[in-house]
Amino acid sequence: MSLIRFFKTIFMIDFLTGLIMAIKEIFKPKKTINYPFEKGSISPRARGEHALRRYPNGEERCIACKLCEAVCPAQAITIESSEREDGSRKTTRYDIDMLKCIYCGLCEQSCPVDAIVQGPNFEFATETREELYYNKEKLLENGDRWENILAANINADSSHR
Amino acid sequence: MAELFIFFEQIYKILFLLIPVLVSVAMIVWLDRRVWAFVQKRRGPNVVGPFGLFQTLADALKYIFKEIIIPASSNKVIFILAPIVTMTLALIAWAVIPFSETFVLADINVGILYLFAVSSLGVYGIIMGGWASNSKYPFLGAIRSAAQMVSYEVSIGVIIINVLLCVGSLNLSDIVLAQKDLWFVIPLFPMFIIFFISALAETNRPPFDLPEAEAELVAGYQTEYSGMMYAMFWLGEYANILLMCAMVSILFLGGWLSPIDLFPFNVIPAPVWLILKILFLFILFALIKAIVPRYRYDQLMKLGWKIFLPFSLIYVVLTASFLMYFDLLPGN
Repeated sequence: MSLIRFFKTIFMIDFLTGLIMAIKEIFKPKKTINYPFEKGSISPRARGEHALRRYPNGEERCIACKLCEAVCPAQAITIESSEREDGSRKTTRYDIDMLKCIYCGLCEQSCPVDAIVQGPNFEFATETREELYYNKEKLLENGDRWENILAANINADSSHR
Repeated sequence: MAELFIFFEQIYKILFLLIPVLVSVAMIVWLDRRVWAFVQKRRGPNVVGPFGLFQTLADALKYIFKEIIIPASSNKVIFILAPIVTMTLALIAWAVIPFSETFVLADINVGILYLFAVSSLGVYGIIMGGWASNSKYPFLGAIRSAAQMVSYEVSIGVIIINVLLCVGSLNLSDIVLAQKDLWFVIPLFPMFIIFFISALAETNRPPFDLPEAEAELVAGYQTEYSGMMYAMFWLGEYANILLMCAMVSILFLGGWLSPIDLFPFNVIPAPVWLILKILFLFILFALIKAIVPRYRYDQLMKLGWKIFLPFSLIYVVLTASFLMYFDLLPGN
């Protein structure tokens, strides 16, 4: 052990330097955000809670092609469909098990009419498991609530598709 | 009737001491987390109550409603007894801490010996908890903790001899009053540092938190505990840290005495000074937790037995010779 090292150990120079540094750090601005009150920015591509979108005239976009059901790696989507009076094919059942879903975004990518999308909302924790079995009404309601943001996000990302 | 009156008077005195201690333990946990977070440029608990002050109370409430799980293969009586022992021992030591010249629950003549004995007994709670769990990690944690606490107990004892040589009394109030002219931190500065580091080891704080080293021992002796029993261990641990801070401030920093006997300082009531000193030491504890890496086990033992113990023994000889030579021995 060299002499300098010895005196550094005896007088705890390294420790005191660290202590002074720690005290300086206390008064620096915080790097974390004050989460529930302020939130970080979210990319337009963020894959959060699902939503089923409508056309501006109120018609459901989904044409029950079941591509999302087929592509879903977790098999979280269940679709049943039938013919409507006007001859168009529409879903009678569109369920997503949010507990199975792995939020990979493949359903959104496979959809030919941009009906099923994943919005920016990631704060949909519930107190029971049952509340996370989403059905068609819940998904359409999500779509209506988030439509402005969803449309803007799809528009922002359109040049990359 | 008179006996009953004395009985209730004592009960009120005890409650008057214990409730502030328990509340300040809760506050000190918050302070610890907050300082730790600030050093790492985080925010720490800041949601429950003003500045998050009630975070610990909310946590305690959560622990109360959690299930207490007792492992099937554990020794149930000792398993349940262990956290109770830890917390009781951490709290009864407060009886002799003098907050001012008159405000002390039990002004016994061997106060420092009592403190030393109680803090040595503290290791039993941990051994009982670790051994009665009948599980690998708690057992290893308990062994480490026992070895560590016994090792550092020795050097703490020798350091206390240093102070007692200068005072000539085992009474804590006398120890404080002996520092009226000069706090012992100045003549016994190396002892102050060693005592502080030993206090870190004694309370299993980082960098000596080997008994509960998360990376290797899960949570050490607390691994099998849950609910209120875990909270009691936790409470006892922080009460012990607070007690160690109080001990350092009484032995070295002049207890309730103000730094200088001048106008703005000597009107501040005596307990406030003790609390301020405890707070200062605790913030140092918290800062150290934030900046130091954990010691290896052999380094810990080497530091205790090969460096602190010989050094403090030599310092005892030095202090004694100095006092003899200049005829400063108390009592003469």
